[in-house]
Parts: sequence; structure tokens; C-alpha cells
Amino acid sequence: MNEFLLIFRREYKTAVAQPSPEELQNMMKAWQNWMGSIAARNKLANSGNRLSEEGKVVKPGSVVTNGPYVEMKEAIGGYIIIRADSMEEAAEISKGCPILGVGGNVEVRTIVPMEP
Amino acid sequence: MQQKELLPHLFRTEYRKIIAVLVRHFGFEQLTLAEDIASDTFLIAAETWGLKGLPENPVAWLYTVAKNKARDQVKRNSVFKQKVRPAMITDERSLPETDIDLSDENIKDSQLQMMFAIADPVLSLESQTALILRILCGFGIDEIADAFLTNKETIHKRLGRAKEKLRLAKIKIRLPATPEINQGVDAVLTSLYLLFNEGYYSSCRNTVLRKDFCLEAMRLTLLLVENGQTNTAGAEALFALMCFHASRFDARTDENGEIIRYDEQNVALWNEELIAKGHYYLNKSSRGKELSRYHIEAAIAYWHTIKNDNSEKWENILQLYNQLLCVIYSPVTALNRTYAISKINGKQAAIQEAEQLGLTNNHLYHVLLGYLYTGSDQEKAVRHLKTALQLAKTERERILIRKDIINLEI
Repeated sequence: MNEFLLIFRREYKTAVAQPSPEELQNMMKAWQNWMGSIAARNKLANSGNRLSEEGKVVKPGSVVTNGPYVEMKEAIGGYIIIRADSMEEAAEISKGCPILGVGGNVEVRTIVPMEP
Repeated sequence: MQQKELLPHLFRTEYRKIIAVLVRHFGFEQLTLAEDIASDTFLIAAETWGLKGLPENPVAWLYTVAKNKARDQVKRNSVFKQKVRPAMITDERSLPETDIDLSDENIKDSQLQMMFAIADPVLSLESQTALILRILCGFGIDEIADAFLTNKETIHKRLGRAKEKLRLAKIKIRLPATPEINQGVDAVLTSLYLLFNEGYYSSCRNTVLRKDFCLEAMRLTLLLVENGQTNTAGAEALFALMCFHASRFDARTDENGEIIRYDEQNVALWNEELIAKGHYYLNKSSRGKELSRYHIEAAIAYWHTIKNDNSEKWENILQLYNQLLCVIYSPVTALNRTYAISKINGKQAAIQEAEQLGLTNNHLYHVLLGYLYTGSDQEKAVRHLKTALQLAKTERERILIRKDIINLEI
């Protein structure tokens, strides 16, 4: 079984209408249920983190720009690590991710094991 | 006639106290000696009281005999040392302090410190539970063997090996220093949680014994909770969890010791006093930032004490199971989460979730699917229950599953 990094992206700058408290509540529930369903299969390797919107990008020559999304259309909003038998299975699991419902996407990457 | 009831009772309450104090006094390497002294004390009591009647204060009598025996032991030891290794003894004062302190306070402290010593990671969790049952709770070898569904010989060996390991590892009887105390408390909590579960979920039919295990686990957890150095939020949350679970003790087994499932229990038998106690300690445990698995499990147990089967209750339970699974996976939690989904979104939705769990070798998985298919596809329900019957490990579980099958086939 391999580990896969799921990276959640969505455009923070698009002025999505401020969700109502009920919508926020539902959004939270959807995330918890999705994470729970992965964990219930014992496939959650690391519950990851959510990233805050502000950030800096450091480039050669002491160039520091504000915010990773100045040049990237979509910023990384968070990540988790899951276990799956194959890339196909990891992608299948990702189809349930609530970020897809708010115009975001999930990037699935295989983590290279230390002992191949 | 009275002695017949009194001695087992005193053995249960006093044996462990005498051991704890002696072990603290002599050190862990003398655990066997402490057990010998305690056992011998009770033997003398049985003979003396049988011949001459009960003393005025039996507990004080036991303590005096134990103290004298301990003092004799020290003397004998020093004689031995003087004869065999005279060079070792240079001064009378190098003899160990012989005054054995059997005050309430010292008993509590000794038992608390013993818990930390036993919860040392050199011992497997299984050995820890057996040792706690034996020397901190005073259960008989045959009782421990019953609970573990094994024989006396196995328990004897397990205890022997555990004591030897503790002796070799030179485990000291004391509370860990402040920086390590939380880690130490966590190890003790794991051990006590296991002890409680041993009683709560054991397949052993002896309901009285199983309840005793749970009560003992609660008594020891309370020792932690009531001590200023060891009352971590996790300890309080675990105690709350135990209270909530124990509140259903009388409702969850019938007169033959068979299990009655949660949704079939007579809620009038749930113990309100324990629920209130659980509530108190769960609130207390929420004072800081710490969110242990015991907090989540206690919160789940709290929602289970709500008698009204409404959607708010199951919604909360589902979210807590989600959280718990993200912290620590267990097949039972995964199955319980699925049951909560059926309560909110119906059995069909739960079947879809269940099929993704990859637990087809687990009998409880098939019991759950049997329940979920009941009402929509009786044939499939029966098939799952029959698979469960084949996979079940104990007769007690098989009885319950057979009952389900009969109910479906009627």
C-alpha cells in the first residue's frame, strides 16, 4: 500500500459570496464526514493541515513576493496524506472531497517511499 | 458463620493495601516477599479467627500481623546478611526502616505509585492488566483466568514473567518527576482503560466479576483524578467515560448474563447518578486545550446517555466518530460510525459506507450488515448473520447472533 498526498486548491481571490452560517456548518460537516469515511477505512495516514491565505514566495536574489497566489491562479489551501493500493484508488477517494463542490480541485501525488 | 463473608471481603479490600505499602517499603524486587507476607497474614487470620472468634477491629488486627511479619522478615534478612556477608553491614543504621506505615494516606500514595511502576513500557499491556488485577485489586488467580478466558497456569506464568521483568528493569516505586509525569499518566490511563474494557466487553459470563473489574478500574482512575500531581485533563476525561459506560451496566445484560444491545435496553435502568458524575468530570476535563482520545470517547459516551433518539444526538455522535477515527483507527469505531450514519441517513446510505470498510473478516461487520439489510433484503441479512456466526469467536456472541437469525426467519 502506498501513500498519497492530496493537495487541495481553490481560488481564494474569487469573490465567492460569503456563505451563510448554515452553509458554513454544512461545509464543515461535509469535510468531517469525508475525512471520517477515509479514516473509517483505515486509509488516513495523516490528517494534514489547512493553510492560511497569507504567504510569501522567496526567489533567488532575495526576491520576496507577497502571497503565493500573485502568480499562481490557485493557491494551496490544505493537504492530507492517505493510504491507497493504487493511484486510481487514491483518485477515486478524492472524488468525494468537498472542495470540488466550491470550485476547487484535488491534486493527487504519490509519495516516494524511503525504502523503495 | 460471620467470618465466611468477612474474610473474602477483607481480602478484597485489605490484601492490596498491605501489598502496596510493603512493596513501597521494600522495593519492587521484593514483590514476591510482599505477596507472601500478605497471603500469610490472611492465612493466620483465618486460623486464629476460626479458633478464637473475631477480633474487635479485624482490619487493625490484619495490619498489626502484617507489620510484625514484615519486621521479622527484616530481622531475619539482617541475620542472614550478618552471617553471610558480615562485611556489608557496618552500622546498625544501614538496616532498612522497619516501621510499616499503614495509614490511609500512605496506602493511597503507595497504590498510586505502584500504578506508575506497573504501567512501565517494559511490560506488555496484557501483563500490566494481569498485574494490576492481582496486586492492585486483589483478585484471585482463578478470577483473572476466568476473565481472560484462560487457565490458572497461564496467568501464573504471565504474572511470574511480569514480576521478573520489573525486577530486572529495576523499576522504582515512585511518581515520575514533573517533566515526565504526563507521559507516565498516559501510560497508566492506557492500562486502566484496558482494565475497564476487559470488564465491560469481556466474554466471560460472570457479570458480577466483570462489574467488579470496571469498578476497580474506576477506583484506580479516581486515585489519579484526586491527586494534585496526576489529575490531568485526560485522566478526568477517562473517568467521565467510565462513568457514562458504567451507567448502563444494569441495563446491558439480562439475568443470564447475556448482552442486551443498546437500542433494546430498558432506559429506566440507566444509572442517573453515574451519568451526572460523568457529566461533572467531562466538564472539568474541558478546562484546558488538551483534547485526548478519552475526551472524544467520553463525549460520544455522553451522547449515548441521552435517551431521546433524535437526529441531533446522532449527528453529534457521527461527527465525534469522524474525529476519533482521525486520531486513532479501530475497526469497532469504524463500524460504530456506520451505525450512526444509518441513524441519520438511513440504512441504504450506511450499507454503501459499510461496504468500503474492508472488514469482511470481522464478525461484527457482518452483524452490522445483517442489521442494515433487515427490512429491505431479509435473505441478504440472514446470509450476513450466518457468516458472522462462523466468524464469531465466543459462544456468548454466537448466542446473540443466533437470536438475530431466528428473529429474521420468523
